[in-house]
Amino acid sequence: MALTRQEMAARAARELTDGMYVNLGIGLPTLVPNYVPDDRHLVLQSENGILGVGPYPAEDAVDPDLINAGKETVTLLPGSSIFDSATSFGMIRGGKIDAAILGGMQVSATGDLANWMIPGKMVKGMGGAMDLVHGAGRVIVLMEHVARDGSPKILRECSLPLTGKGVVNRIITDLAVLDVTPSGLVLRELAPGVTVEEIVHHTEPEIAVELAGSPG
Amino acid sequence: MTVARTGFDKVVESAAEAVADIPDGASLAVGGFGLCGNPIALIEALLAQGTTGLSVVSNNCGVDDWGLGLLLNAQRIAKMTSSYVGENKEFERQFLSGELEVELTPQGTLAEKLRAGGAGIAAFFTRTGVGTQVADGGLPRKYDGAGGVAIASPPKEVRTFATGAGPDAAEYVLEEAISTDFALVHALRGDRHGNLVFNKSARNFSPLAAMAGRVCIAQVEELVEPGEIDPDAVHLPGVYVHRVVLVGTDIEKRIERRTVAPPSEATPSGTATPGTAPSDSKEG
Repeated sequence: MALTRQEMAARAARELTDGMYVNLGIGLPTLVPNYVPDDRHLVLQSENGILGVGPYPAEDAVDPDLINAGKETVTLLPGSSIFDSATSFGMIRGGKIDAAILGGMQVSATGDLANWMIPGKMVKGMGGAMDLVHGAGRVIVLMEHVARDGSPKILRECSLPLTGKGVVNRIITDLAVLDVTPSGLVLRELAPGVTVEEIVHHTEPEIAVELAGSPG
Repeated sequence: MTVARTGFDKVVESAAEAVADIPDGASLAVGGFGLCGNPIALIEALLAQGTTGLSVVSNNCGVDDWGLGLLLNAQRIAKMTSSYVGENKEFERQFLSGELEVELTPQGTLAEKLRAGGAGIAAFFTRTGVGTQVADGGLPRKYDGAGGVAIASPPKEVRTFATGAGPDAAEYVLEEAISTDFALVHALRGDRHGNLVFNKSARNFSPLAAMAGRVCIAQVEELVEPGEIDPDAVHLPGVYVHRVVLVGTDIEKRIERRTVAPPSEATPSGTATPGTAPSDSKEG
């Protein structure tokens, strides 16, 4: 059984350990904090200039001057700080952010990521994704294992324009968890009921199998 | 381009007066992220004045009816340099029809280009964009109106450095600084010398845009006398700011995505737990 979006977010949350500074991409990664236990303290960075992003505000506390990088109204937690965009990307490029969880369109066997542009469609821009993939201590891609038409999204080479080359550490999908290693892709976990054969079938490059347990 | 000024009193009476000498074809660095921290009074004054052919550097281009979208809709912008422009249908139409030139730039690189432009740094090397079209070239900058690309981005110099930041030497791409004729920014508070304080995440690109402008115009919600802002609390020193316009605390601020917590989760609990996350949020 493929994991639901909520289950994928919950699996991704297990990547985040106490004391981490974390940047979360838009879309599915924004659900991840919902699954972080209360006793595990994270500081969320938003690249428009916040460390210590809190929950969405109450209706009467909405502030147009306080938004996250997804343009959503947010709050600040105790211990938070505010800074300009150059400082924000300075800490990202400078390796101070421990992990980034991003969505993906394609990932290659060597950890190339494509997640910003489809040729022939309107190009909306890369935002901060190209900076994040080179700066974050650990880059985790959270995406469906295959495209809507069933074709693999984990490929020998990305066919879409790249966001970054050789930047992905771990891929978490609705079917499996894979690591990008110097010797190639390694299958670490299977979703409940999913077989190694299915992952091999739905993954273009060759994979080594070193199962550590099951996600959940 | 001179506005009469006595000593260090940089206060200008109106937004219209502050932007009066911005000519057609000028380059502008504009603060803000999404609709947050947009210098809307200055944008509206430029719109009213009829200035056109502008080359604008700003992280985004507003939405169809607010922010820089107001200038875009009136076809006053010839070129836009941004990291993300997906919030605006008219933008898409003008880009694909070949009316608008667009230079897409990674967000951190854009911030650093503006900072460098105001800090006397001609260019810098960054990892961001290495191995992509940002470094290799080929990004569409202008379409020919018939589905083809009229101008594509050029390849940039790539060099290998061992910086000590990582275990190995790595490739870095050379990115040039941006300086502009004018900068337009919004601040919460400013004094007559142009010292500025921004509010929360409305700071974003504003200090960097201000630094990049040869003439920086700041609209402020509160105007105070020199000395009223604690020197340690100044976010942008007045040396970067040339004109200050008071726009008041009731200036309209719009929200792109109003997200609120369910009533039971409205109080921050000490953990980062968003309430109702929409699933289709767009990239920054």
